[in-house]
Amino acid sequence: MWMIELPPFMPFYIGALFVLLTRSKLRGVIMMAIPIASAVHLGMIPEGIHLQFSLFDYQLIPYRVDKLSLMFGYVFHLAALIGIIYSLHLRDTMQQVAAMMYVGSGLGAVFAGDLLTLFIFWELLAITSVFLIWARRTQRSYVTGMRYLIIQVLSGVILLAGTLFYFTENNTLEFGYIGLDSVSGWLIFIAFGIKCAFPMVHNWLTDAYSEATVTGTVFLSAFTTKVAVYALARAYPGTELLVYIGAAMTCFPIFFAVIENDLRRVLAYSLINQLGFMVVGIGIGTALAINGAVAHAFNDVIFKGLLFMSMGAVLHMTGRIHGSELGGLYKTMPKTTILCIVGAASISAFPLFSGFVSKSMIMSAALAEGFDWIWLMLLFASAGVFHHAGIKIPYFAFFAHDSGIRANDPPKNMLLAMAIAASLCIAIGIYPQGLYALLPYETTYNPYDTTHVLAQTQLLFYSALAFVWLNLKGMYPPELRSTNLDFDWLYRRAFPRALQTMFTIIWQNDRRLRQEFKLKLTMCLTYIAAKNNRLSSLLSRNYPSGSMAMWVAVVLATYLFLSFIQ
Amino acid sequence: MKDEKKYLFDHPKNIKRLLYLLYSCCILLFILDFFIHRDVSHSGENLWGFYPLYGFVTCVVLVRVATWMRTFLMREEDYYANETMDNESMDDKAIPHGDDVSNSRENVKKKFLPKIEGHNVDD
Repeated sequence: MWMIELPPFMPFYIGALFVLLTRSKLRGVIMMAIPIASAVHLGMIPEGIHLQFSLFDYQLIPYRVDKLSLMFGYVFHLAALIGIIYSLHLRDTMQQVAAMMYVGSGLGAVFAGDLLTLFIFWELLAITSVFLIWARRTQRSYVTGMRYLIIQVLSGVILLAGTLFYFTENNTLEFGYIGLDSVSGWLIFIAFGIKCAFPMVHNWLTDAYSEATVTGTVFLSAFTTKVAVYALARAYPGTELLVYIGAAMTCFPIFFAVIENDLRRVLAYSLINQLGFMVVGIGIGTALAINGAVAHAFNDVIFKGLLFMSMGAVLHMTGRIHGSELGGLYKTMPKTTILCIVGAASISAFPLFSGFVSKSMIMSAALAEGFDWIWLMLLFASAGVFHHAGIKIPYFAFFAHDSGIRANDPPKNMLLAMAIAASLCIAIGIYPQGLYALLPYETTYNPYDTTHVLAQTQLLFYSALAFVWLNLKGMYPPELRSTNLDFDWLYRRAFPRALQTMFTIIWQNDRRLRQEFKLKLTMCLTYIAAKNNRLSSLLSRNYPSGSMAMWVAVVLATYLFLSFIQ
Repeated sequence: MKDEKKYLFDHPKNIKRLLYLLYSCCILLFILDFFIHRDVSHSGENLWGFYPLYGFVTCVVLVRVATWMRTFLMREEDYYANETMDNESMDDKAIPHGDDVSNSRENVKKKFLPKIEGHNVDD
């Protein structure tokens, strides 16, 4: 029975230790065996609480299994396996250990039954994942990693504060529905929001995911944000505010994605857009919407992973990732091109691809609950995501103008990982019932009715037509080497500048005040000296006034002393 | 040697074919709207060609607005590097860049000046 009590994060943490102690092929075998064995183990686990104990006054539940956590547990194992296969060629202990620990932390967080355990894994997610950014070993990635770590740890600290408030208010730490009725509710909401890349706190994602290593980004894209989606789905289902936040998340990143040159950053913006769909689903809160959000999270891990892998392959093989420097790669990287197009079709929600079967659930739920304007925004975002992720990514990397780069397809392990992800995208698209069976709520939803299929196909084809038309007219913004300002401008430029200006003013004033004070003091001393000087010249020409003052003091002290003796 | 080899889209004819295929699909999908009955949940869906029009128009608006956003959001590539790196080397040792990095700011400035031109599908 001890096997049941072994929480899923343990095999990965133990595995990280083995990775540290082994080399080359054996290490690869161990890394692949762990997610497979752990997934088989997870498949046999019944729902319920499998581990709990008391620590001081706190009742901790480090291992709780239910349908919602299982769904994320399964997809995390899948993402881990795909990521590990993708990175089999690596000979970098730091990255491989960090990746195993990171996967373990993600699993720890989704199976945490109490807020304190969640907090611990929340912070571990941040600490382990930052090594996937630092592993690039450049000054730039170091600075990016520090920014990432500060924001992630901040989210954890807010979560801890919220947890302590929550315990005071409710006398329990159990992680269930929280809601926004209390201070603790808001604090925890903000903590989840930061990790879920809510608008204005989203730049850690675009910053870090475009700067991490080729394989690191594949892992990063799967876990952190999905843990946040899971946490929101558990604690805040049906919170209307989430509908509006989610709708904003679906729309604003697509504008940035269109003008962004770094293709991995384009994908990071598109990840925020997809998270927006999930957040809207959670905010609507009906069984269909939650199912849609969870199913979309499941699919997103796979298709976004596939897209990051294909762009990673381009970066790995060409050393470049900017749209302005790429193009024409389909000639020598045909397999990567096809796999990327499968990912692009999935994220764009083409019928028969995975995105379609989950996104349409959220859209249907929005309409069913009367969120008409939100539905229009989601429809705009669907067209937009096709535009920037579905067309722009494959077009500028593999087609467009010929950059003259003749790089080959990446190593076999990378291709295999991408092929697994692509097969899953198609398999889920063709047979969604397999995915629906795992969802937290029973569902009889059928995405393949004429209405949905026709509407979505029309929307996408006319978006493609718009892309072609804009290109032929020369109105499509060209890829330029540049930096686009975003909200991170506030903390990377505006605040430091403001602080610098503030301190400059303070220091200037401080110097001026001190100089004036010194001047006044000097004047005062000069004045007294002048007076003394006059005094000594009139009455005590031969005795300095100082010695006179001293003797007066001696006389007075003696007098005082004598009066005490009496 | 490899450059001499002609690939699929090196032939303008193939690009034309692809575009004609797209145009035909678009026309067919628009016509289907008149024949296929759909369940309407939103009042907008009653309009003929709602989805095609919505898809086309919003995408054009998206691209035009995004292009306009460039006028006030776009900076040189090493905009943040100037301050955060304290003049330390910004060269990416792991990933070699093809272009001369030291020249990149000048390049971007030059690119701001001429009228922006799009990539042509026929390229």
